[in-house]
Amino acid sequence: MGLSQFSDKIRKNFEKGKPLHCFSSLFDAVDTFLLTPKTVTTTGSHIRDAVDLKRIMITVMIALCPALLFGLWDTGYQHYLALGQACSIWTCFSYGFLKWLPLVIVTYVSGLAVEVGFAQWRGKQVEEGFFVTGFLIPMIMPPDIPLWIVSVATIFSVVFAKEVFGGTGYNFLNPALMTRAFVFFAYPSVISGNSVWVSGSPEAITGATPLAQLMNGGEQTASFLNMFIGTIPGCIGETSKIAILIGAALLLFTQVASWRIMLSVIAGGFLTGSLFYGIGLCPINGWQHLLMGGFLFGAVFMATDPVTATHTQSGKYIYGLLIGILAIIIRVINKGYPEGMMLAILLMNIFAPLIDYCVIQIKIKKRKKNILLHKTQVFNNINKPK
Amino acid sequence: MKSYLGPLNRDNPILTQTLGVCSALAVTAQLKPAVVMALSVTVVCAISNLIISLIRNTIPPRVRIIVQLLVVSTLVIMVDQVLQATFYDVSKMLSVFVGLIITNCIIMGRLEGFALSHTPGASLVDGLMNGLGYGLVLVVVAIFRELLGSGTLWNHQLIPSSFYEAGYLNNGLMILPPMALILVGGLVWIQQGTRKSSEK
Repeated sequence: MGLSQFSDKIRKNFEKGKPLHCFSSLFDAVDTFLLTPKTVTTTGSHIRDAVDLKRIMITVMIALCPALLFGLWDTGYQHYLALGQACSIWTCFSYGFLKWLPLVIVTYVSGLAVEVGFAQWRGKQVEEGFFVTGFLIPMIMPPDIPLWIVSVATIFSVVFAKEVFGGTGYNFLNPALMTRAFVFFAYPSVISGNSVWVSGSPEAITGATPLAQLMNGGEQTASFLNMFIGTIPGCIGETSKIAILIGAALLLFTQVASWRIMLSVIAGGFLTGSLFYGIGLCPINGWQHLLMGGFLFGAVFMATDPVTATHTQSGKYIYGLLIGILAIIIRVINKGYPEGMMLAILLMNIFAPLIDYCVIQIKIKKRKKNILLHKTQVFNNINKPK
Repeated sequence: MKSYLGPLNRDNPILTQTLGVCSALAVTAQLKPAVVMALSVTVVCAISNLIISLIRNTIPPRVRIIVQLLVVSTLVIMVDQVLQATFYDVSKMLSVFVGLIITNCIIMGRLEGFALSHTPGASLVDGLMNGLGYGLVLVVVAIFRELLGSGTLWNHQLIPSSFYEAGYLNNGLMILPPMALILVGGLVWIQQGTRKSSEK
């Protein structure tokens, strides 16, 4: 018996009033994931493009892969470097993979359980929204983070950043960043400090990230070339700037992410960094800021989230610029938060609807003026003496 | 009878009327100050309701707010003095929030909305119930915040040290006011959700 027939055969057990109805959302999700949906439009459909939510999500996930693969290798590399042992590429990679795998499983299980639960409660289908979120969450966590914390944080952010507002497409905060923010404020000892960034490092060896070293005024041990390639301690996904740029190229080529946002975030960060360098507040200049910490990862994968970013074209420039400016301001001026990118993006997520509103109102005002002008002209033409 | 019990659930001052939220966020990091605060508000609310109801026919309508304020602030000062004399440490912890009971919208709201137009007995019960409804939310929020944020309840260690050895950590966000707002929001969510289904 084929999979399709099997699905058809057990489908009626999940209908309303049948014993397995409480699992109908789960059945529906698995069924849609494996096979084509049973529901089809009865009237004419209006397809303008083959791109749907599923394809956008898959593109983002493919774009994340270079950063992920490099991050897995780097996790192992930093581990063996701290222990002072030599290792092959393959050993490093498999070490990182075994660190990453439980993280990703825990994230998906807890996140999807909440999503399925809510979908069942509301009588809706499970949306694909969590697939990218669940992929992003392990990439912005330190490799050794306790799994129960990841689970608690994921559940919190899916419930309070997404489902409360109505689920996928209605959230105004980025759920992946909310997960990180939750960990950051609730369990600061596992995500900040010097000893969390190198996996399995002995207590005596501290693996501070270059950004933390800079902010604490310590000796800079990593060169900017290292930061660009990514052989530095850090979260799993953020270390390699080359890999992130490859992902960015794919996102821009497929037009999944907005180039306006990426460009203006980077411009905002660069200008503010240069300004602080110019007035002597910070020892590193604008382009060096871009290579440090999670700035680039945030600019490419977090700020461009189509749901939480601004929707108007000129709003995107304002939104991006403010993210870049705020991220560097938080970084340089508030020593308590070495990484300002997460807080800057979350803050601007909240302001995005306001920016959109202002942009639209300005446009409407302009057009109203034009209409009035046009009307008076027509009126004058009609009443012209012949 | 049922209308008297309203403030505990259906007409809860915090959850339904969203009054007094500020103090609910500020004093609920631990259970002890929350309980003391809840009792203070209940006492002030009940007695001021009673007094205003007793003199409701002699208050000129034009100056009624001033009269209400006088009564409430007298009571608050008395409560504050009693707290300082008996629970000095808690009084220190609550600091300015005891004094701010004067501006608590729940009390003014009950005086304006109920005590001015009802008999003393009914006003006393109404004030008591509204104070308790406020206190109920405070206590529930404080239990969550203290247990998850500090691992204690009424300053007794409740989460065993073996948990901490196994890698458990206190949730630092619970101590911060934003989490109190999220918890109050969660309670509103539960209350509104269950209410809708019962009205169907």
